[in-house]
Amino acid sequence: MDGHIFGQQVVNGMVLGMIYGLIAVGYSMVYGVIGMINFAHGDVYMISAYITGITLSVLAFFGVQALVPTLIIALLVVMLVTAVYGWVIERVAYRPLRGSPMLTPLISAIGVSLFLEAYVQIAQGPNPQGIKPYLSGAFRFWTGTGTDQFFQITYIQTVIVVVALASMAGLAYLIGYTSLGRSCRATQQDPKMATLLGIDTNRIISMVFVIGSVSASIAGFLVTLNYGSFDFYIGFVVGIKAFTAAVLGGISSLPGALLGGLLLGLLESLFSGYVSTDYKDVFSFSVLIIVLIFKPSGLLGRPAVEKV
Amino acid sequence: MSALHPSSQNASALAPAKWRELLRDALFTFVLASIVFGPITGLQLKGLDFIANWQRPMWLAIIVTLGRVLFLTALNTDWLKNRLQRSAIKKAQATTVQTAQEWRRWAAISAVAALVAFALPFVFLNNSYVMKSLLLAMIYVLLGLGLNIVVGLAGLLDLGFVAFYAVGAYFLALGAEHWGLGFWGALVLSPLLAAALGGLLGFTVLRTHGDYLAIVTLGFGEIIRLVLTNWLAVTGGPNGLPVPAPTFFGLEFSRIAKFGGTPFHEFMGWEYNTNMKFLFLYVVLFWVLALMIFWIYRLRIMPMGRAWEALREDEIACRSLGINPVVVKLSAFMMGAMTGGLAGVFFASYQGFVNPTSFTFFESALILAIVVLGGLGSIVGVIVAAFVLTLLPEMLREFADFRILAFGILMVLMMIWRPRGLIRTRRPVFTVPER
Repeated sequence: MDGHIFGQQVVNGMVLGMIYGLIAVGYSMVYGVIGMINFAHGDVYMISAYITGITLSVLAFFGVQALVPTLIIALLVVMLVTAVYGWVIERVAYRPLRGSPMLTPLISAIGVSLFLEAYVQIAQGPNPQGIKPYLSGAFRFWTGTGTDQFFQITYIQTVIVVVALASMAGLAYLIGYTSLGRSCRATQQDPKMATLLGIDTNRIISMVFVIGSVSASIAGFLVTLNYGSFDFYIGFVVGIKAFTAAVLGGISSLPGALLGGLLLGLLESLFSGYVSTDYKDVFSFSVLIIVLIFKPSGLLGRPAVEKV
Repeated sequence: MSALHPSSQNASALAPAKWRELLRDALFTFVLASIVFGPITGLQLKGLDFIANWQRPMWLAIIVTLGRVLFLTALNTDWLKNRLQRSAIKKAQATTVQTAQEWRRWAAISAVAALVAFALPFVFLNNSYVMKSLLLAMIYVLLGLGLNIVVGLAGLLDLGFVAFYAVGAYFLALGAEHWGLGFWGALVLSPLLAAALGGLLGFTVLRTHGDYLAIVTLGFGEIIRLVLTNWLAVTGGPNGLPVPAPTFFGLEFSRIAKFGGTPFHEFMGWEYNTNMKFLFLYVVLFWVLALMIFWIYRLRIMPMGRAWEALREDEIACRSLGINPVVVKLSAFMMGAMTGGLAGVFFASYQGFVNPTSFTFFESALILAIVVLGGLGSIVGVIVAAFVLTLLPEMLREFADFRILAFGILMVLMMIWRPRGLIRTRRPVFTVPER
């Protein structure tokens, strides 16, 4: 096993894992609060990639050249627009279904997912879109004396890790130490009791969707910067993988989402490095199925107890 | 956002406060709609540049706002309030038991419908486009009936149903290539293989419930599709495989028999018609469907079918009453998978080749849309929905891009207003035949 290949796969896997973790947060929190798989979450991520491309292109049109302001403005716009998307989706498609049988909101979410994909396809065209590369260059780490014996962390990858960790820290603070977070946790434990104690649970559920969408939008922004291209279909596969990450780490647990994301990213990266790139999605889906069958409560989650 | 309370006494005389609230609501909706539609529909990316089109999002936002305002005002009128109340009562008594009289009426209607369905292809024999559309619609009826057993009757949300469809289709293609399997052989063996696979999947997912089950089956469907795409040596990868045309007692439907012997039309002394193959498939499919519908109808009044529906309503109650959920779930999975495999054989023969693009998640979603629109559990509903959802897009060709968009909206609206489907489910009863 060559050190530099291993090192490179680990780096790529960590970066991928951070992205999965950020998206998994949305699945985790929504599942925790209303016990529903937000099937359209992957498509919210897809929307954020498009918003990133559009914002960057508009900024370039108005002659904003400096790198750091461009990226910060773009990130803020993406977060805002995607947050609105999350709020509206919850309000239109899920809130009217509060209290209905479990499969009803899931089918509605599949409808939202189909709608968003078709909507973007019609409005933006079916072809992949791209942005110009923004940050190029990399840190190199030499593992030997040969000319190719190194692995690298690109500047973009560094940005991804830093921004993702910062967002996670921000999220942990939001959930753990603010009154909104306290209300979220209360709603998660017992929505009825929380309502009795004066928490506006409808507002909290909306906020949970907004938080999930914003963290998915950060992921969409970072991925777009890294790969530079996106199309209307990217949300589907990434969505399932992020859900896998959420389940792997233990759904409805925030550290679990990050841990699951990192684990899945590493596994997938090593698998595609050492076994086969063609079957990496097959591998991820197999991980999903195996985890759901044998340990549905995940690594950090509590097993669900069925009460009659 | 505070929605207007639909509890005001008089709708025609809105208080000024109400008006202010309505205006604020409208403004809020407009701003949100502008943010949602603005960037995606207003700024179309073109390379690294973009094309601005401010009118599109403006109109969309105005339409949405007007719709919201109209909806809120309508919600405040007495007439709609009464209607809503009545529909809520109806919803509460959604499933009713069918009376014998109703059954007789239904039987008469279905007999007429079956006759029409049987006669249709003969009328359009020379129109290849109509023939193909009808055949495809019938294939979706079969798929819908299969998924209806799993989702509608047993309440197990299967998002990977297309896997069994693919297995049926690829089994015919691979069998023809390696073992000289023909249409009829596949018609018998494909459902068995699909059922075995369904049993295997069912057995592994027995422990998962509800939405976890949905995701597991989704993963399973995707794995099958990815393997079909990537296993170049066996499945031909994205290019797919050819499928031989069906034969009838060894008689071929082509103009000149490829493998020697006489083609079907010469044997019968008929004029050659290019649509003969589709007509043949249609007629076989018609009888398969008739058998299937009869079977499912009988199953629904047998203990097995009752157990499926009971399991859908409450698993814990079922177990405490001594119903074995393992057997019930497995049988539903296997029956559904079998139907899917059967549909795959017809689809492969219809298309003349198979490739993985026919078996994407969208296909599963379309079949699910058929079942949902038809009303979870209703046979008639599924048939009507399959015809509507496959033939309507054909008629509205110029709006083809909007098909998926409409499906998405339809699924959400159906879940909100009619989660049990457009046609009210009536539970069939078993009546002792009079002697």
